[in-house]
Amino acid sequence: MPSFDETLSRLQTELAGRILKTDLHRGETTLFLDKKDLVSVCQTLKSGYGFNFLADVLGTDRFTDDDRYEVVYHLRNFSESGFLRLVVRVDEADLTVDSVCGVWKTANWEEREVFDMYGIRFNNHPDLRRMYMPQDFAYHPLRKEFPLIGIEGSIPLPAKE
Amino acid sequence: MGIESAFGEGYVTTTVDALANWARKNSVWPMPMGLSCCGIELMAFAGPRYDVSRFGSEVFRFSPRQADLLLVAGTCTYKMSKVVRKIWDQMPDPKWCIAMGACASTGGMFRSYPVAQGIDEFLPVDVYVPGCPPRPDAVLNALMQIQEKINQHSVLMDK
Repeated sequence: MPSFDETLSRLQTELAGRILKTDLHRGETTLFLDKKDLVSVCQTLKSGYGFNFLADVLGTDRFTDDDRYEVVYHLRNFSESGFLRLVVRVDEADLTVDSVCGVWKTANWEEREVFDMYGIRFNNHPDLRRMYMPQDFAYHPLRKEFPLIGIEGSIPLPAKE
Repeated sequence: MGIESAFGEGYVTTTVDALANWARKNSVWPMPMGLSCCGIELMAFAGPRYDVSRFGSEVFRFSPRQADLLLVAGTCTYKMSKVVRKIWDQMPDPKWCIAMGACASTGGMFRSYPVAQGIDEFLPVDVYVPGCPPRPDAVLNALMQIQEKINQHSVLMDK
């Protein structure tokens, strides 16, 4: 059985054309991808490199002028105890990323959470509703400009009588 | 003594209020609304060590139609507020409400967008219990204050 380090170096050479940048920090490898390559890279990682589990999908708001948001994917390779992080950057002008639900079904709820918190829309997602906040809520609360205490009156409370 | 002597032995006289309130205050059936960690302390309050059955409130009712006291224990989010209010509306009068813990009383440490800043924004709360979580004895004390409040009630005069 090949060790995970071999798998990592093999995928970095074979996918070199689709990786924008590689980052190694405390033994964890992060690949930065262009968002148009995301789904094809994920499919390759699952079928060819044993990444059979999508552990997490999260968003970040970097609050920068360009490429403001990031969507981060944590992948696990169970047979080789491996971990890999993928990052795609999303610009405010086009807040969409292709959904990876077709690769790992678990992405369904994770992507709904990212949509709820940051307003990033996932193309081809089977059921893109908000995960936590009420469906008619008008904001995306983890964006940096959203006040911590919320916006008064944005979620109505029942009447006290 | 008084009118009782006219009836002979075996009779006591009292007021309707005193009798009804005595019965009511010693059978306050709580509807446990354990929304977060305070719910664990609520179980201790009901358990044998603190033993709420000494006060007649051991009958936890999971149907609001059979409950007299709504015990909101824990963090109430905006989403949950509608459920809590609906349960309150389903309880028959007369009814009372305890806000157990910092979160239910004021939002507590969750001064943030999803958490209602105190259930008194949408419920008439009778007793607030501070603490994070409050000790079971504090909840017992709140129950005793509810009993005091029931004693002030007039069956015929009040609604």
